Formats: sequence, structure tokens, C-alpha cells
Amino acid sequence: MGMGGGGSPELQQYQPGDPRLPEGQRTSRILGPLRAEGARGVAIALISTVVVLALIVWAITSSPNWPEVKQAFFDPEEFKRTFPDIARAFLRNIKYFMIAEVFILAWALVLAVLRSLQGPVFFPLRALSIVYTDLFRGIPTVLVVYLLGFGIPSLGLPGVPSGAAFWGVVGLILSYSAYVAEVYRAGIESVHPSQVAAARSLGLSRTKALRFVIIPQAVRRVIPPLLNDFIGLQKDTALVAFVVAIPEAFKQGQIYQAADFNFTPLLAVALMFLLITVPLTRFTDVLLERQRRRRQAGTAA
Amino acid sequence: MNADGSALRVVDLHKSFGGLEVLRGINLEVDEHQVVGLIGASGSGKSTLLRCVNLLEPIDHGQIVIEGEDVTGRGVDVNRIRQHVGIVFQAFNLFPHMTVLRNVTLGPTEALGISRGDARELSLDLLERFGLADKRDDYPDRLSGGQQQRVAIVRALAMKPDVMLLDEVTSALDPELVAEVLNVIRELAAGGMTMVIATHEMGFARDIASRIGFLDAGVILEEGTPEEIFSSPREERTQRFLQSIIDAGRM
Repeated sequence: MGMGGGGSPELQQYQPGDPRLPEGQRTSRILGPLRAEGARGVAIALISTVVVLALIVWAITSSPNWPEVKQAFFDPEEFKRTFPDIARAFLRNIKYFMIAEVFILAWALVLAVLRSLQGPVFFPLRALSIVYTDLFRGIPTVLVVYLLGFGIPSLGLPGVPSGAAFWGVVGLILSYSAYVAEVYRAGIESVHPSQVAAARSLGLSRTKALRFVIIPQAVRRVIPPLLNDFIGLQKDTALVAFVVAIPEAFKQGQIYQAADFNFTPLLAVALMFLLITVPLTRFTDVLLERQRRRRQAGTAA
Repeated sequence: MNADGSALRVVDLHKSFGGLEVLRGINLEVDEHQVVGLIGASGSGKSTLLRCVNLLEPIDHGQIVIEGEDVTGRGVDVNRIRQHVGIVFQAFNLFPHMTVLRNVTLGPTEALGISRGDARELSLDLLERFGLADKRDDYPDRLSGGQQQRVAIVRALAMKPDVMLLDEVTSALDPELVAEVLNVIRELAAGGMTMVIATHEMGFARDIASRIGFLDAGVILEEGTPEEIFSSPREERTQRFLQSIIDAGRM
């Protein structure tokens, strides 16, 4: 919709994201209310934003210590020189993240399902799953990464991979699976028992009820917290820096920082992480919105 | 089909939840193609009885025989039994993450092992028959309560059950949506479906059922033809229950 419409009347009575909004009129939660207010609202918001930003920048740059801060943290030359290497190293973080995520999603689901098994026969599996999640949620991730990343390669076991990065990522997987298993479990428990009854009454086995009815609903419900854990994991790939020889982004930044006595490279690392994590957060919103929209479209189409 | 023509027999069924005995010796016999109506106040045990028959609740004591087979014995494959006994719930319990069509095909494909194509054909036929063909790609939350309940009935029918259990299927519906669901059930009865119907719709029960059972405090206190129960109930508690229904203007 056009911004100069003076606030179309039929839109003003709806909150952004309202399912009653006509199809195809996408509104964001942040910009939606603005658009609804029309051109005048947008203009006011724009001016007030510029003024506030200008004040903040002025307050910071006019402080007496700004030159030193700028030199140590925001050195453009240093940034330009180190950024390409850091960006390249960051590809490793992405790789760690992608590999770890796949295993975490699968392993955590196994843990959650084990914990939801009923009946005395399954007590040992249930107990193991509980002990596992308690253990790995209770230990700092950095410690797990350190223990595995330094510990296992030092054993020199035959037939076992000896890469520090490999074991660092395994540490991430073990640790994050405990958190993600709890997220899954919350989702599984949030599915109403009547859904199980409906599935079982059709003659579906417990396993099939879980597979076709419970888990799909559970996973849909926990997508936002799952993505939050993704974001945490993406950041925690930096922990691998503690054990590896071949640097990922954080370690690469540290190397430059130590060599050049300048913190700008580390801010470049921070920027790389933000480039991933902020879009991921927004993606979460879009995904939820799309899911809701699809479910509520239906009959109109 | 078994020799004595009995589709369902319940013998001295007992069921407790915690310390509360909800069913205290239920005896019930339903013949093939017969429709039995269960009436009684909320909490009298109607829903529990139906859930026990579907083996959704383990029973404490007694026997349930479906199509000549004792389904309460040890080592009975509950999944196989449930494939022959359809149940429709008060709250519909459709699967919200599946389209109408997938709701209906799930049982045939995953429990009966029918191929996707055949299940689809069978389901589309049923949806067509009950006026739901144009809803097949919708998700349940886009349907009215009446439509959802009709889908739930179709979902149970797709399993080609021998017996259908209907648990207060119109109680969660707005009044104007009740008729469409009752019409579906009438059609099933006309087609010879064996049914046990727990209901608060007395007029409907009188029309459709060949026998009525009045449940009170976990036993079938009185049983007979609709005329006997509704016109000349013997038991004082039955009389009182029916009077309260009449007073409430629901009959």
C-alpha cells in the first residue's frame, strides 16, 4: 500500500499482523503502525529519529576521550586491513554452525522422545535422558568444548578423529542438544492429550501417533525458541576459538588484536556475528507469520 | 459378523479414576445395525463408557466383546481393535496441522496400510457424500464447528468401522450447527451403521435410537425402547432426569 494514502480507513482499525488484513498487504510489526498513520506520521518519525541519532553521535564524539576510543576500537584503516581475513575465517564459524545444528536437531529429538516414553520398561532410557540433559545443561558450554577439544585429541586414540575443531563442534552438539531437547519436550507436552486419543482411536500405534500427530505439532510450536537456540549456537561457535589452531573468526580477530594493539578487528568479528544473528531473528518472525497466514488463508482461496 | 448378531457386548464393566468409581457394573448389548442412545446427566459415565469400549481407558473389571472377540483379554492388539471401532469426540479433536483430506486419509494409510492413492479416493468419496468436498484442502481452524464435526465423523468412517461411538458430538456446537451434524448421523443410521450415541439431544435420541439406556451414577439404571423410556419411565431417577430436561426446555 502507498504511504501517501493519508492512512486508509479500513486499515486503521486493525493491528499490524491482524489476520483480517486483506491478503497481500504485508505489514511489519515495527513499521506497520507507522504506515497506518500515513505520510505525516512517517515524516514525524523520520525527523525525530534523525534528531535523536544526531544527539547521540554528538554526545559521544564530543567527549574528551573520544579520540583514544576511536583509535582503539573504530580505526577505519585497521578495519579495512583485517576485515577480509576475518570474513574468511568466519566461514568456518558458519560451517561449524551448520554441521552442529543438523546433529543437534536430530539428537535432541531423540532425547526428548526417550524422555516422553511411558511405561516401566522404558525407565532406564527415560532416566538416561534426564541425567544427560541435567548434566550438559549444568556444565558451561565452554568447559565441554575445552574438555573435548583438548582432551580427546591428546589421548591419540587409534581410529578416532583427532582434530580439535572436530571435537570442539562435538562439544557444542552435546551441550546444545540438552537445551534443545528441553525445548522439544516442552512442545511435546504442550500438545493436548485429546490429540493422542484421536490418533490412537484411529488405530495408530504409539510411535505413529508420535510421528504424525504429536511431533509435527510440537515442532511447529517451538520454532521460535528453537531459533533462539540457533542464534545462541551461532554465537557460541566462537568458543571453538579456545581449542583450535586454524583460526575461526574470533581467534583471527584476537591474533590481529594482539599483533596490532587495536581492538577494531574484534569489532569486525562482532559485526560478522550480527550480520547472521539479526537476520536470523527477523527470519523467525517471518516464518511464524507465514505459518499463521497459511493456516488462516484456506477457505478464501 | 458373528453368530449371535451382537456387535458389542459389555459385561459388568467397572472403572475408577483414583478413588472415584465412575462405572459400577455396566451391562450393555448392541446388535448389528442397531443404534443405542445413552442418556444421563453429566458425570454419569457416558463418555467414560465409550472411551473404555474404544480401549482409550484401561478397565478395572469386566469384559468388552466386539464382534464376538473379547477385547479386554491379555495380549489383544489394541490398534487392530480400534480400527474396527470408530469414535467421534465432543471436541472434534481434528489434527490442526493437517488439511481436511489428510485428517481423513491418515488412518487408512498409516493404520490400515492402504495406498495413498486408494485412501485419497476413498476419503474424497466420503467427503463428497457429506458435502465437504470443497473443504478438502482447508485446515480445520478455517471450518465451522459443524463442518469440523462432520469431518471428524468422516475421519472415523474412513476406517470402515463395524461400530461407531459418538460421544456428545453436538454438545460443543452452536445451536444452529447442530442439525447438520445430526443429519449426518441419521444418514449413517439409515445406512445400517451400528452406533452407540451418548447425547443430550433427547428428541434426536428418541428419533434415531432403537433402544435407550439411562445412565445414572455409573450404572445403566433403566433400558428400553424410546417409547418406554421417554413416555413411561419406571425408575424415579429417570423420571426426575427427564423432567429436568423438559423444564430446561430441551425436549
